Amino acid sequence: MVLQSLKNCLWLSCVLRTPKACFWSTASGGLIIQSVSNDVYQNLAVEDWIHDHMDLEKQHVLFLWRNSPAVVIGRHQNPWQECNLRLLRQKNIKLARRRSGGGTVYHDLGNINLTFFTTRKKYERMENLKLIVKALKALRPQLDVHVTDRYDILLDRQYKISGTAAKLGRTSAYHHCTLLCNADKFVLSSVLKSPYKGLKSNATPSVPALVKNLFEEDPSLTSEILLDAIAKEYAVQHQMDHHITLINPADETLFPGISNKTKELQTWEWVYGKTPKFSISTCLNMAYKDSVLDVKVNMDVKHGRIEVCNIDLPEQWLPPGLSSELVKGLTGSKFCPNETTTLVTTLLRVCPQDDELHSRWNLLCENMISLM
Amino acid sequence: VCIHRVRSCSSIRFIKSKYVCVFDKSALKFSHQQRLFRTSAVSCGQIVQFKLSDIGEGITEVTVKEWYVKEGDSVSQFDSICEVQSDKASVTITSRYDGIIRKLHYSIDDTAFVGKPLVDIEIDASKGVASEEDVVETPPMSHEEHTHQEIKGHKTLATPAVRRLAMENNIKLSEIVGTGKDNRILKEDILNYLAKQTGAILPPSPKAEIVPPLQKTEAVPAAPKDKARKIPVPVSRPVAFSGKDRTEPVTGFQKAMVKTMSAALKIPHFGYSDEVDLTQLVQLREELKPLAEMRGVKLSFMPFFIKAASLGLLQYPILNASLDENCQNVTYKASHNIGVAMDTEQGLIVPNVKNVQVCSVFDIAVELNRLQSLGSAGQLGTSDLTGGTFTLSNIGTIGGTYAKPVILPPEVAIGALGKIQVLPRFNGKGEVFKAQIMNVSWSADHRIIDGATMARFSNLWKSYLENPASMLLDLK
Repeated sequence: MVLQSLKNCLWLSCVLRTPKACFWSTASGGLIIQSVSNDVYQNLAVEDWIHDHMDLEKQHVLFLWRNSPAVVIGRHQNPWQECNLRLLRQKNIKLARRRSGGGTVYHDLGNINLTFFTTRKKYERMENLKLIVKALKALRPQLDVHVTDRYDILLDRQYKISGTAAKLGRTSAYHHCTLLCNADKFVLSSVLKSPYKGLKSNATPSVPALVKNLFEEDPSLTSEILLDAIAKEYAVQHQMDHHITLINPADETLFPGISNKTKELQTWEWVYGKTPKFSISTCLNMAYKDSVLDVKVNMDVKHGRIEVCNIDLPEQWLPPGLSSELVKGLTGSKFCPNETTTLVTTLLRVCPQDDELHSRWNLLCENMISLM
Repeated sequence: VCIHRVRSCSSIRFIKSKYVCVFDKSALKFSHQQRLFRTSAVSCGQIVQFKLSDIGEGITEVTVKEWYVKEGDSVSQFDSICEVQSDKASVTITSRYDGIIRKLHYSIDDTAFVGKPLVDIEIDASKGVASEEDVVETPPMSHEEHTHQEIKGHKTLATPAVRRLAMENNIKLSEIVGTGKDNRILKEDILNYLAKQTGAILPPSPKAEIVPPLQKTEAVPAAPKDKARKIPVPVSRPVAFSGKDRTEPVTGFQKAMVKTMSAALKIPHFGYSDEVDLTQLVQLREELKPLAEMRGVKLSFMPFFIKAASLGLLQYPILNASLDENCQNVTYKASHNIGVAMDTEQGLIVPNVKNVQVCSVFDIAVELNRLQSLGSAGQLGTSDLTGGTFTLSNIGTIGGTYAKPVILPPEVAIGALGKIQVLPRFNGKGEVFKAQIMNVSWSADHRIIDGATMARFSNLWKSYLENPASMLLDLK
């Protein structure tokens, strides 16, 4: 069609400027690309970019990527419900929210991610997963792997080695999944356990599962071998060259506008602010001097901000003006330890300089912050 | 009823009725263009029930997770309406029509059914669904943008072929400024827009000048065709400035600032400034930097400034005190917990180094490193941010020489350090030499601190820094 070749012309003019871009102009068939970056935000931005800008009518794309340690939650999930945010912050593990649905996963370099891009009409998750299983079996015929009707891939009928999620737009769609090769299971299980109590939410919950690495089953398997096998099978099924093109997600000439997408994925408003409305109803057990105080706390959090806050303190434990100042300050603030710390330490500046008062205040605030 | 309709129809009706009369065959019966209520009574649109289309994989129901529109919003074809989820798939539902949302059939977390109505959209009687017969206009994206366009008299015109080209490239026509007659969008405009997206360079087209929407609402003058051909200057939003004020509530960091500064207002401040010759200190730091690095610590000037301040506070303890609310008592703090103002992404925070009076310069450097890395990661704890007794603000790292810092209650003094500049100064022999000069601006609470005290403290602090060896004598 005239308009299609017009588009190719535009891409071709890109080619003349940047030789790397030449693969965009392949006429039809499939395209296999692999990211050179291990940054979860950059790689998620590539998915967004392809979903928004590429014409998948003539070609499907398989995108291969791996991330340095990160927890990735689904579009409609609640990070407080899904993972141990305190541990993530301590260990400098990134938190990302993807645009597809589904549950929470832990990524590190021992996990490979595969994204199958097609038009909306050609969206077919089972086919993709069967392709992966076929590739695995071709590599190691003795592997007992199969696809469940929940779109998981199980090893030995009991261990989950792959989870799936998908995003559908108006004209294009993608299905992505993980594959556990040699991930750190210890870190995985500790970060995916939420310590936060009293959360009530309609966010999509994750279904915990027993996991196992393919490496444990067969130590000769590495991420590279697995990536290659899957790419080969994809190439066979789409009758194309088994050629993996490396791409750099930071390349604006290749992906115009991608740095904005990367930035957006890292904003607090996206990662935390997109959490569906939830409430917390819990009791702080504060050990003060020789007694233990039970302080009931109720909060409603919307768009990641505290909409409503109630703290039930014993009478006169804190000067009444002060506790209402705390509640007033928290209302409308982000449900975030950093912001809350700044707020409470500032409030301390303007109240009487009394050691007893300060230690009570600090105790209460530390406990409140621990909820976040 | 008609008149009520007139008022509730948005101004989009007004433009449409004028336009409808000129172009739309079906509206030929309206010979007058101007009368709002006469034409709008007929052109108020029909309500179409937009049904949830097939998701694929045999899915019959989904959960509504987020609405991108609300009742009364204008939507264009292909705008996102909502996000639904089904079995690990998140689906963005986009509009098939241009029009106004009249009803949302579901709330968040409701189950929506494929084939059943999702939203009701009021579309114009004069238009069908993406009809390609006539030159049709695209309604603007939102009420505000529309109001602007109404004022400017700008309508988005495009031939069906151009609309198809835009649609296939996922371009919203309202984002493109037309260079054709009556600001019509031409194929070249789409190609120019695409070229900017992909970075390709296209040869300049004949009507290359991008003309911003015109101010007058009467007859549109023709776009200047005979001026010198220029390649359009790439601008991100070629439409004339339509900036809007944005109001947000004050929360979090800002709220904290408001609280602190309102309290600081009660303190009668006085200022005292001086310049410090850091030539010797600069040299000393150059010598000590590699030593500190060997121990894994970055050594800046701050540890020296902080330690010198603490030595000064030993002589002038009133600067490390606190005045109670009723100004009845002054508490002389035993610990020198010296705060260091830090600029983070979210705003100003002031963690403090505890007990500087018993710390070495190196200890202070270690602690500063720790506070800085926690600060940039947004992980400072309450103990780091409370208990400060005196503050230094090194605004010079960003720039500036003199400042008028605001005291942070419950403290009584603060110092702002300007940038270090290389300036000519006279030495003892009357010769000009290159000096490393830094300005310091102190502010103090005049209720309990007088100018002389501040001046003497500043002189002492300055002497320690100008002659670092003298610090050795008094180091504890």
